[in-house]
Amino acid sequence: MIAIDIEKKLKAYRGQQVLKIDRQFPLGSITKIYGPSGTGKTTFLKAIAGLVQPEKGKIQFGDTVWLNTETRISLSPQKRKVGFVFQDYALFPNMTVLEHLQYASPNDSWIARLLRVGKLETFTDHKPEYLSGGQQQRLAILRALAIKPKLLLMDEPFSALDPEMRTTLIKELRAVWNEQGTTVMIVSHNPQELDGFTNQELYIES
Amino acid sequence: MGFKPIAIFIFDLMDLTPIWLTLKLAAITTLVLLIIGLPLAYWLSKRRSIFKIVIEALITMPLVLPPSVLGFYLLLAFSPRHGIGQWLHDNFDLQLVFSFKGLVLASVIYSLPFMIGPIKSALQQLPKSFSEASYTLGYTEWQTFVNVLLPNIKASVWTAAILTFAHTLGEFGVVLMIGGNIPGVTRVASIAVYDSVENLDYHSANIYSLILFSITFVMVIAVFVFNKYKAKSPLE
Repeated sequence: MIAIDIEKKLKAYRGQQVLKIDRQFPLGSITKIYGPSGTGKTTFLKAIAGLVQPEKGKIQFGDTVWLNTETRISLSPQKRKVGFVFQDYALFPNMTVLEHLQYASPNDSWIARLLRVGKLETFTDHKPEYLSGGQQQRLAILRALAIKPKLLLMDEPFSALDPEMRTTLIKELRAVWNEQGTTVMIVSHNPQELDGFTNQELYIES
Repeated sequence: MGFKPIAIFIFDLMDLTPIWLTLKLAAITTLVLLIIGLPLAYWLSKRRSIFKIVIEALITMPLVLPPSVLGFYLLLAFSPRHGIGQWLHDNFDLQLVFSFKGLVLASVIYSLPFMIGPIKSALQQLPKSFSEASYTLGYTEWQTFVNVLLPNIKASVWTAAILTFAHTLGEFGVVLMIGGNIPGVTRVASIAVYDSVENLDYHSANIYSLILFSITFVMVIAVFVFNKYKAKSPLE
């Protein structure tokens, strides 16, 4: 079980907004997270990954406490080792497709499999600027998966994919997640695209 | 008379020591500033605080302060009769005033904003998610800096190094104040130009100036090439 109970102040143009989430997520579940813009969906994912610090709260993954503001425990992102797909992809312009995956994993056979999953086998020597938006987004997903994370956080991961590619990719990804026992949380502005694919949902409102 | 004999004729007549001394000073200053400037620019590029603003203002001072003022204070600070200068002299037998080491120190301080500015600006322009992605993959801050941030600001680092080198070539006020005009020790090219004009030796002044102009012009061209032919402010 992943138990999350956090409070985090959000930057707002006027006044102050607070993100408050108190939820538990079964291990191995796939959760869609949705809600209006500016309500803190990305901040929620970053708080779980350890990239932003909530003012108050606890995060526990299985038996391991990742965050407890009362006892001042806060594991670094490096120790939480969460797979994270960034909304802007966060691909490194200096690295090719293959170098991105090698930066995340030393396992060549695993990298080869991921390249097949993302249909990027023929683009291994391409740098991000020579990839289409969809290819870049697939690479961002593959890089996050390369570390074989127990928890995968995805921020708008399918927005640049056409419906056909999205369906094929989701099918392939589900197989990998089942095999690895990965717990997945997906933020989407278009929750319908995830219908029939997720088994949990979290609506974040202002 | 062909090009080669003319060049040999000029070099035979001229004392080129100031040019070599200038190049040596610029190379050492650039190297020292690369070592100091990269971590300092990285630190400054991160979240701001009042302390950082004060440090940044101090680093920027050489840009706005008359070089003679900076030189004057350095002269006072490193005089073997006072404070730090006396302490260095008494404990390490180190004299910075009127020495090449003093010139290096003064140049490092004087050119610091030229190294820090472009690197800090480039680091700030990189998306924060680059570092965040690297952290989630298990890499430390240092590993992220070396593997992700530094390769993606390569052009700016080159620009900063070239500007620092070129700026050091053109120093006059600071080096004159702290180094004086000792042939073979502190008499750099810019001072040699001034000295030649003072002695009405316009031929030597012309040759020194031409060499300095040529080197700096090539360097500025290099800056534009590294920035992919886009005209950029030196401090961008």
